[in-house]
Amino acid sequence: MKKIYIKHRLLKDKLLFVMVSLLSALTAVPLLAILGEVLIKGYDQFSWAFFTEPTPTAYKAMKAVAAGELIPGGIANGIVGTLIMLGMASLFALPIGIMCGIYLAENSKKKFAYIVSYITDLLQGTPSVIIGIVTYIWVVVPMKGYSAIAGSVALFIMMLPLIIRSTEETMKILPSSLKEAGLALGGNYMRVVTKVQLPAAFGGIFTGTLLAISRVIGETAPLMFTALGCSIIRWDIDKPISAVPLLIWEFFNDPNLQDLIWGASLFLLVFVLTLNLTAKKLAKKWNS
Amino acid sequence: MNDRIFKIILFLAALVMPVVCGGIVYALANDAYDAFNHFGFINFITSDEWNYTQGNEHYGALPFITGTLLTTLLALVFCIPFSLPVSLFVGEYFKGKKIASILSTVTDLLAGIPSIIYGLWGFYTLRPIIMSLNISPQGSGILTASLVLAIMIVPYAASLSAEFIKMVPDELKEGAYSLGATRAEVIRKVIFPIAGSGVFSSYILAIGRALGETMTVTMLIGNTNQLPASITSTGNSMASIIANQFGEADGLRFSSLIAIGLILFLITAIINVVGKVLIKRARI
Amino acid sequence: MEFVKPVLEFDKVCVSYTKQTMAVKYVSAAIERNSITAIMGPSGCGKSTLLRAANLMHNLYPNIHVNGDILLNGENIFQMHPIDVRRRIGMVFQRPAPFPTMSIYENVLAGFTLNGINLSKSEKEEVVENCLKSVSLWNEVKDVLNKKGTFLSGGQQQRLCIARALALKPEVLLMDEPTSALDPIASKHIEELLLQLKKDVTILIVTHNMGQARRISDHSMFMYLGELVEYDNTLKMFENPFDERTKAYLTGKMG
Repeated sequence: MKKIYIKHRLLKDKLLFVMVSLLSALTAVPLLAILGEVLIKGYDQFSWAFFTEPTPTAYKAMKAVAAGELIPGGIANGIVGTLIMLGMASLFALPIGIMCGIYLAENSKKKFAYIVSYITDLLQGTPSVIIGIVTYIWVVVPMKGYSAIAGSVALFIMMLPLIIRSTEETMKILPSSLKEAGLALGGNYMRVVTKVQLPAAFGGIFTGTLLAISRVIGETAPLMFTALGCSIIRWDIDKPISAVPLLIWEFFNDPNLQDLIWGASLFLLVFVLTLNLTAKKLAKKWNS
Repeated sequence: MNDRIFKIILFLAALVMPVVCGGIVYALANDAYDAFNHFGFINFITSDEWNYTQGNEHYGALPFITGTLLTTLLALVFCIPFSLPVSLFVGEYFKGKKIASILSTVTDLLAGIPSIIYGLWGFYTLRPIIMSLNISPQGSGILTASLVLAIMIVPYAASLSAEFIKMVPDELKEGAYSLGATRAEVIRKVIFPIAGSGVFSSYILAIGRALGETMTVTMLIGNTNQLPASITSTGNSMASIIANQFGEADGLRFSSLIAIGLILFLITAIINVVGKVLIKRARI
Repeated sequence: MEFVKPVLEFDKVCVSYTKQTMAVKYVSAAIERNSITAIMGPSGCGKSTLLRAANLMHNLYPNIHVNGDILLNGENIFQMHPIDVRRRIGMVFQRPAPFPTMSIYENVLAGFTLNGINLSKSEKEEVVENCLKSVSLWNEVKDVLNKKGTFLSGGQQQRLCIARALALKPEVLLMDEPTSALDPIASKHIEELLLQLKKDVTILIVTHNMGQARRISDHSMFMYLGELVEYDNTLKMFENPFDERTKAYLTGKMG
């Protein structure tokens, strides 16, 4: 029997453990750095006016900076735009996505469902900037102008695959006895799906929707060529409109407005991460 | 409403996906046609000239294809030393422990941060560091973009890999331990060979994400339209040239940008479908 | 039972999964060299737990605590390194689990590869042939050595796992219900195999099959609720059990 060099191997074993722990711990560094930077720099901006007033003009901002004051105004135009576009996108993405998800779960053996399933994966992985330019071609060009409608269409396309997937996955793990029991009681197919299965799948679909919203709410690229942006609070859906991530992009590109970057980022970050964590918490709770 | 109508409605909802996808391909192909027709497909993707002065208009996608491939490749290289440990931490060393779920939450949060905020952080924090290290004079460039991109894809690669590492049956691990293997040896000789194909496919999907990432790269890559001379020089990726120039483009330039979009769409589509196929196989 | 120079000795071994309950309570026993010892008892009596402790499997699960001593040739295994212990005390598990990414050939040699021992090609071939012959698998697989081990039948897989354990030439082979996942014919095959193997290695086998214990073992232990109730010569125990609980178990009135 050849000799086994234990010491050497144990050293390697320990080394791997230390490396794994150390490098894993290091991944928390960028998270803390980003949260810290946004929190510290953005916190000063937070005030009532920041959420209720629209973006100031560059001139006003310049004057304030020159006088050493906080830049007046806020991101209300962006918040309103984000809410309008998210609302319109959800209005269509939710029913269509849920129905498509039901179709995929119920017909998983069919060739067509298989193809749709792959297309869903494909769209989920499509870069958001491409959704942006396609929506530009589809909506902005024929309507002869940027609009909240165009922005909503882009967000709709981005939300759809996420909602389809979460619906499909939730429906698939429902016990088949549920459906059989419903059908055995004489319910027709539609009643069983809408009155028995959908309520049972509510938790999964709800968390899926929250995740979908948290995913698209920070999207900038698809809105740049569709919603464009706008410096006043606007409720018309056929005119250019702003959104919080679009505002951050504007502030980033306008030296006079740079101070507003961090407040807007903090708002977006808190919103997105709260949605994200809530969804994951709920998912865990409903799964167990 | 009877069942027949209900089933038709479900079918129509499912039909939306192929229609949207077909519409995307059609819209891109239709508007990219001019560019491909004018320059020729091969010439378009192999030319490195991007000139929009009137009269001398010439558009080639090579600098941007190079930029995308370089940033993605570098991001992958920077990501692996962190994502692999995280997947082992969560999927093997501390499987099912509280500390593993804390780390999972950390990576979940990293995955949730919008890309524009990554861009800001890269611009205001990382760029000055790169400058002070004298790596590149302006701080932005392929390297800077890749570093932030790497952080962004760590969660995707790590969480999916961890799932596959978790799935390696205990009895195989115990079998290896009973023969006298150390944990490191079990990881290298039992866990990785078994979970390997799943881990590999997680990285394919992570690549898919890095390829199309727009805002972060646009804010950090430096936005120059020449072939990058080295990894520290500035450049543009396919996504970032679109983000940069789409708003002001018309005519041939517009069509060329759409053509770049079409190529990017096809590359990511292939990568994503390949990744998903591999994952489905690895799960069985 | 007392033996001259026993190969393995359990001395007041206790194993607990939680602070309140003990799965194995103060088990003391010596194991005779080159014999087969069967451990019987109803499920949950701690027989597998005791066996796994002798392979230091509890080291993998921090919530399991072991007290007492286990001696291998008089040396305390809790003071030896697990790598050493596991090389000298082999283990075969309930469900046959050859490494799915390795061929039959590589599976037999897994103990060497995992321990980072380099063998020459001729050494490798010798080990593979000898080990597969000793589990009477050689004739069945000699032409498909490069196929994955998972292609084999359940009984063949289990014999491959035994060969894998034997390759490292252990002094003791621990077997945790090695036939419970197999059909009767494959089980019989393994039983015959064990009778042949005991001239080279001491076998400690956990079984819930009384017939099996009677057929193959020299000595038997009966465990109940974590205690070692009775340990004796197999024939003697089956014919004239000392304890009422053993009697109840052997006559089928329990578990």
